[in-house]
Amino acid sequence: MTERITIDPITRIEGHLRIDAEVDGGKVTKAWSSGQMWRGIEVILQGRDPRDAWLFTQRICGVCTTVHALASVRAVENALQLEIPLNAQYIRNIVMSVHALQDHIVHFYVLSALDWVDVVSALSADPVKTASLAGSISSWSNNSVKRFKAVQEKLQGIVDSGQLGPFANGYWGHPAMKLPPEANLMAVAHYLEALDYQRKATQALGIISGKNPHIQNLSVGGVTTALNPDSDSALNMERLYWVKQLIGEVRGFIQQVYLPDVAAIGALYKDWLPYGAGVTNYLAMPDMVLDTKSTKFDLPGGTIMNGDLGTVKPISSFNDPYLRDNVVENISHAWYKGDWTKHPYEEETVPEYTDFQDDGKYTWLKAPRFAGQPMQVGPLAQMLVGYAQGHQEIIKNVNNALGLVSSIAGVTVGPEVLHSTLGRHVARAVRASMLADLSLKHWELLVDNIGKGDLTIFNKPTFPKGEQRGFGIHEAPRGALSHWIVIQDGKIKNYQCVVPSTWNAGPRDKEGLPGPYEASLVGNPIADAKQPLEVLRTIHSFDPCIACAVHMLDPEGRETIKVKAL
Amino acid sequence: MTDTAHSTDLDLQVNRRGFLKGCTIVAAALGISEAMIPKLVEAATSAQRPPVIWLHFQECTGCTESLLRASHPDIGRLILEIISLDYHETVMAAAGHQAEKSLHDTLDKYAGKFLCVVEGGIPTKDKGIYCKIAGRTAVDILAEVAPKAAAIIAIGSCATFGGIQAAAPNPTGSKGVRDLVSGTPVINIPGCPPNPISFLGTVLHYLTFNRLPVTDNLGRPLFAYGRRIHDHCERRAHFDEGRFAEQFGDFGHRNGYCLYKLGCKGPETFSNCPSARFNDVDVWPVSVGHGCIGCTEPNFWDTMTPFYERLPNVKIPGIGGTTVDTAGKTILGVAAAAVGIHAAIGIGKKVIKGCGCKGEKKES
Repeated sequence: MTERITIDPITRIEGHLRIDAEVDGGKVTKAWSSGQMWRGIEVILQGRDPRDAWLFTQRICGVCTTVHALASVRAVENALQLEIPLNAQYIRNIVMSVHALQDHIVHFYVLSALDWVDVVSALSADPVKTASLAGSISSWSNNSVKRFKAVQEKLQGIVDSGQLGPFANGYWGHPAMKLPPEANLMAVAHYLEALDYQRKATQALGIISGKNPHIQNLSVGGVTTALNPDSDSALNMERLYWVKQLIGEVRGFIQQVYLPDVAAIGALYKDWLPYGAGVTNYLAMPDMVLDTKSTKFDLPGGTIMNGDLGTVKPISSFNDPYLRDNVVENISHAWYKGDWTKHPYEEETVPEYTDFQDDGKYTWLKAPRFAGQPMQVGPLAQMLVGYAQGHQEIIKNVNNALGLVSSIAGVTVGPEVLHSTLGRHVARAVRASMLADLSLKHWELLVDNIGKGDLTIFNKPTFPKGEQRGFGIHEAPRGALSHWIVIQDGKIKNYQCVVPSTWNAGPRDKEGLPGPYEASLVGNPIADAKQPLEVLRTIHSFDPCIACAVHMLDPEGRETIKVKAL
Repeated sequence: MTDTAHSTDLDLQVNRRGFLKGCTIVAAALGISEAMIPKLVEAATSAQRPPVIWLHFQECTGCTESLLRASHPDIGRLILEIISLDYHETVMAAAGHQAEKSLHDTLDKYAGKFLCVVEGGIPTKDKGIYCKIAGRTAVDILAEVAPKAAAIIAIGSCATFGGIQAAAPNPTGSKGVRDLVSGTPVINIPGCPPNPISFLGTVLHYLTFNRLPVTDNLGRPLFAYGRRIHDHCERRAHFDEGRFAEQFGDFGHRNGYCLYKLGCKGPETFSNCPSARFNDVDVWPVSVGHGCIGCTEPNFWDTMTPFYERLPNVKIPGIGGTTVDTAGKTILGVAAAAVGIHAAIGIGKKVIKGCGCKGEKKES
């Protein structure tokens, strides 16, 4: 018998997401992903100063703070063909990587661990055995009996108070929860520790960017972080070494706690490795820029189709026509008027809310397509694209992580297991580990360049008369991001964001091809349709961000929303 | 759970010292005497933790993210020891029906006693369809929760003044909480996002004294929004002496000169940024070289843009013109009047202003 389940709200994500699924014989047979909020930020941008756009677009998301800021300045710079000073590139790279460290830590522990970790079960763990388990996978010095005992007591106190707070009505004791009590206690202890380490990453980011969430140190043409080793009113060596120390501490947590924890959960839930692949076309953007023209990168971009690593094609610059000419969005199943498919420069949309229609329109999210195909984006896409291109650092780091999973699981697993719910977690942890190393590398590059006497941070933009078009790309923590801008006489004429969570959470397209969330749920086991924990597992593995995913429109006047074709 | 339960554990003792230090800082920020600190600690760690319902509407979760960056109290201590965070979509374990149960359990059990925090604007156009949770619009959810709350804290510029989605042309008719709710006390903590210290100071003040702190006419607590940024900026001496950065990266910019000519909105913005600073690393945007964008002021997305153009009517030393003080008062006066008009219509009466009605008043 087919049973229909609706999960609304999906929690432990950014934003407002509803998931519907049909369940038959204990498995999901069909699914719908529905974004439930629209704000119209791109409409608000029209007619404004292009230099201001990044401050607006950054507010698309406070979880993915920094990412829409970076993509936006790059879009305007691309339209003006403006080169960026090396110092500014390095500072942006440190901003990008340090923010990603915080974001990936928070995603795993705060937003998704409770899908796999039974908090209540941790109460019955033996702290001595817990320390022994933790010691077998990591040399982290805080994995002590005393620490685990203290955490257990703290947890017991919360339970005894009768006020479970955020842990109330969780999926404790659910049949899909399989970890031994000791693994649960270890994870709960690391959940609390993660809160401290993610904060250290934000402090490193703060020193460079003035504050966060929502950094305030970018500008079209570079950055506004003043550099001067001989001033107390600029980024000097005292400040720079503080940044380095904080990154080093976070790197330790990522490489000795986060990555081993993910490997342990992957191994202890090895029955779950076959689930959640969904769409196996992948798209990633190149990033961690190494030159002023944005043509050399430390992280690779490209595409893979049908899960076949042999199909890999690179995206190799911020001007690459392979990307520019292949992105479209379709609105057949989104709450906008019509069923068109258009390139971002050409989009024109009118909202048309219909409520949830299974076979009609059911979301505020559009369906982005690359060369006509749905694409999965995110750390997994970038790791696979790099793996397929022979990127040595990625191959080394991915193989190390798979080796750790294999040793804990007692069976050998290869890169093929990455096409899965758990694979997305493993790839994210690997990327975090690489970014921890890369952020220190770019810190060195910045300091070396300052040492040469170069304090340049900014090339002033000038806006010519007439129309310019540009796109800015960025590999955000949730994956491939692009902003598309049309500038007319120095003002914004059209602005579109094609966002990671729109790629992943978007609906079916005109041909009925489902988006990655929808495809990944099909075949997922469901033990209890009233407690659909397994759906959360797969959805959370993408790291949904719905504020990011929903955007766009083109209103004229207040009552009717009408569209301007470009 | 009381803090003393772990008094034998060194690690947590160290944390307790950090916590007491944090309480001292908060007390200082709130202007509370040291004699009150034990009461503050007691309030912060009482056996019955005050339940909190945190609603997310049209938002980016940046305000929640700001709390992840707070150190005194840190987020773990805040949600596990000081308050009982019964409903918060970003951190709660439950989802779907189980999440709805958490919301209604608290609404039923603690009616009139829980603290409500609202993050995000409330879309009112087209019957509120631009934000729905569990099949209900943000307006409907606020109408159910607001009258039962003991008090409401609107966190961030969206929940206070409508925020970015309310920028012209405000496509979804987004509004702040005080535009819609009457009958329940509402305090505004604007900022994009606000400094977490301003929010946490308000919470601890409320838990200690059982009343909200004193505010200005925009509902902003004086301890955090009582001073003009320009009046306590570390670059003020450069302004007074006429030393300005002219371009990012020039000599003046590298040496801490005033950022007014690069667009700084400090002369018309009220906030504790220069003194409270951010992320516990002694920074704020101006300290690293970018002007203030005025994010604690109503409608700053429209009134403070273009961000890289200098404010008009600010008297520069040695040049005639309007004074800084006059300009600030003019802007605030207009905004305060607008809030007054909106506040007259209450959600308590289930009358929502501007729900897809024709002839809706223009925001600007």
